[in-house]
Amino acid sequence: MSTSETIRSPGFAARFGLANWRQNMIYIGFVVIFLIFALTLSDKGFLNPNNLLNIVRQTAMIAVMAIAMTFVLSSGEIDLSVGAVAGLASVTAAMAIDMGGMFFGIAAGLATGIAVGVFNGLLTTRIGIPSFLTTLAMMGIAKGVAMWISDTAAVPIINPNYSWLFGGGSIGIIPVLLIWMLVLGVLGHFVLKRTTFGRRVLATGGGETAARYSGIDTRSIKFRVLIISSMAAALAGMLYAGRLQSGRFQLGEGDELSVIAAAVLGGTSLFGGYGTVIGTIVGALMIGLINNGLILMGLEFSQQLIARGGIIILAVALTQKRS
Amino acid sequence: MGQGEAVNAARHAVVMQGIVKRFGGVQALAGVDFQVDAGEVHALLGGNGAGKSTILKVLNGVHVPDAGTIEICGTRITNPSPEAARDAGVAMIFQEMSLIPSLTVAQNVFLTREAKTGMGLIDDRTAEKKARELFDMLEVEVNPKALVADLGAGQRQLTEIVKAISQDAKVLVLDEPSTALSVSDVERLFEFLRKLKARGVAIIYVSHRMDEIARIADRATILRDGRHVITAPLSELPIDTMIEHIVGKRSRGLSDVAREHVEIGEPLLELEGVSGRHKPHDVTLTVHRGEVVGLAGLLGSGRSSLARVIAGIEPCVAGEIKVAGTPIQIHSPHDAIAARIALVPEARATQGIIAAHSVAANLTMAVLDQVSSGSVVNRRAVEETADHQIAHLSIKTASRDHAVSTLSGGNQQKVVIGKWLAADPDIFVLDEPTAGIDIGSKSEIIRLVRDLAKAGKAIVMISSELSELLTACDRIVVMSEGRIAGVHDRHTLDDPDLPADDMMHQLQAAEQKLQFHIQEALKHQGTPHVH
Repeated sequence: MSTSETIRSPGFAARFGLANWRQNMIYIGFVVIFLIFALTLSDKGFLNPNNLLNIVRQTAMIAVMAIAMTFVLSSGEIDLSVGAVAGLASVTAAMAIDMGGMFFGIAAGLATGIAVGVFNGLLTTRIGIPSFLTTLAMMGIAKGVAMWISDTAAVPIINPNYSWLFGGGSIGIIPVLLIWMLVLGVLGHFVLKRTTFGRRVLATGGGETAARYSGIDTRSIKFRVLIISSMAAALAGMLYAGRLQSGRFQLGEGDELSVIAAAVLGGTSLFGGYGTVIGTIVGALMIGLINNGLILMGLEFSQQLIARGGIIILAVALTQKRS
Repeated sequence: MGQGEAVNAARHAVVMQGIVKRFGGVQALAGVDFQVDAGEVHALLGGNGAGKSTILKVLNGVHVPDAGTIEICGTRITNPSPEAARDAGVAMIFQEMSLIPSLTVAQNVFLTREAKTGMGLIDDRTAEKKARELFDMLEVEVNPKALVADLGAGQRQLTEIVKAISQDAKVLVLDEPSTALSVSDVERLFEFLRKLKARGVAIIYVSHRMDEIARIADRATILRDGRHVITAPLSELPIDTMIEHIVGKRSRGLSDVAREHVEIGEPLLELEGVSGRHKPHDVTLTVHRGEVVGLAGLLGSGRSSLARVIAGIEPCVAGEIKVAGTPIQIHSPHDAIAARIALVPEARATQGIIAAHSVAANLTMAVLDQVSSGSVVNRRAVEETADHQIAHLSIKTASRDHAVSTLSGGNQQKVVIGKWLAADPDIFVLDEPTAGIDIGSKSEIIRLVRDLAKAGKAIVMISSELSELLTACDRIVVMSEGRIAGVHDRHTLDDPDLPADDMMHQLQAAEQKLQFHIQEALKHQGTPHVH
């Protein structure tokens, strides 16, 4: 294939021009915002390594959930229950640690994720309720259960090993949370891009009928991504619990918005068929960056909410491909 | 306006002259004249690609002609648009009906022209009264208060027509109106059309069913390859003459596909009394290794349903499917693929490809396990598989990484076929494999079908283009009402009086015979086993 032929092909502009520019927008945006903050907020300690690591610590849970959300969105579904499930899992893990120690706690947290995922998955794929509704309802159920079993009180975790491993610890200056984020990020990227499962997830979201006609069990794929998402949410809840040394139903509240925004900012399509885990992680870091910068600027919480919403809408508008 | 023209205006509802329409390099209409009188049912006939739908779209303003004049009820249309056509009195009754199921009949008839009370609120009671008067006047038995969702297909269609008439339609276009209707509904429709005719409405009736046309139409116009062939009263057009004009002398570029003799092997796909949920009914058919069996029939005859049952997309509710002598259960496309059955589906865009994904991703979609070690996709295997199919089928794409949406229709279809070639199935089911692609790619695909037969595959092929079936197939099954109405060995359709090597005339003669068989099958369908 000659170069001239490539340039003349109709898809060229779409593929390597504008679309590509939009897809890489997140990286450009990240750098630009970082530079702006570095220049304007350096006197307030923005570039202080401790502050930068703090951004990572605050972003890790969002990133963990967003990695799984990338799969959910890529398959053409959505999971709105992640924030509430994180809260529920923080409570179940904390209660189980109190009863039977660290491993029992980990098992209880993950079991919570699996149970919610199976519930979401069955309702969505067997009964055919759109995942938007299934998981919206689950959001309320999970929060209600968490409030009920904890009596709306924080459940303390008195287990240094658990707290170190899930959120509190660091190796040298590297926070354990950063390791969680990187390990899961590499794993997620590999699974999405390099395994048959990842290909089938993308095919399911890209054209469900065509995928089904090609022998892909699209229901099973959707079932599995919803379980993955709930398990990631449960893990995020356990990380919150470890970091704060307690399980509370409020942990993770409202995170679903940041999680979906992180994935979409990163370039994952809201309508399925395209996803990128690396983009998602950068998207999550960008949201953390914005939060941090706005706090350092000394904005009030109300002002932060408005500014954050505006920046996210602007960024998503610039990232999304127009049809 | 001169006196002569005024007389014209009274008699001619539609006068189209010298209509030319090109799409890119393809001439869809090459100077077509089409005239319809007020108060007649005028049949518009022609094979696939003859230009029927194009001229109708010019008439109702969807397409702007490159040349020619349009006059509707005496008004010259100078600035064609759907609005201009509607204002002049043209109404098209769609198969996909334009009624809103959750509203009542009266609400639908007066949609956007609702009766209002003094307060400016919608007055359903007045609307119902007006609708009842309208239905009474036209002698149509439909309850204006009924929800459209609760009506049968026949009543919906009548409602649709009444709605058009209430908007002052003077030219009604009906495209295959009987497809979804039962025999008694068709009767009621015809009765209604005769009444409208008496009121001076011009009716353009498009159908592949010549028995219906013979009963309802006063005159017919036949198009072929974008040209006007004949306009004549039905009394001068017996069915075989119509078929002759429709088939005509075509240079389809198909007669050059050489039919090498292929040894027919053992039975590979056996259907015994196979029935689907609605269609097909009780189909028994055997396809052998090296054999191409064509399914012919009109829209709704059950050809595609049969294909979908074989491929596991629709359930097989009765009967047995055997592959290589072994009875198998097919509950999903996955089961069918495991039984080495592949379906090249009818709707390429939604069922065949994922347009936004790369050529390579599409080509390996059905064989992901083969291009992986464990569950890790082997990139080199993906690239090799994709490159092999791209070269083998000469798929024209800038690269294997380009999105399938950047390819032409013919090349997209090759990607669908390539996806299955990569899986190397034994049985191919091809549903309209050449729909919407150019002539060059068509012959390539037909040639490919013959090559598959030569390689010992068993093939079931559906096509509405009879010349294609005749070129590709060893046997042709005519379907009607979901049943097999007749089976014809390809050679029995040849004309022994013509020289065997005169491919073009042989093909033409065979097409006429096959068309005749399809029309015959329609005559025998009806009351005993309908729905």
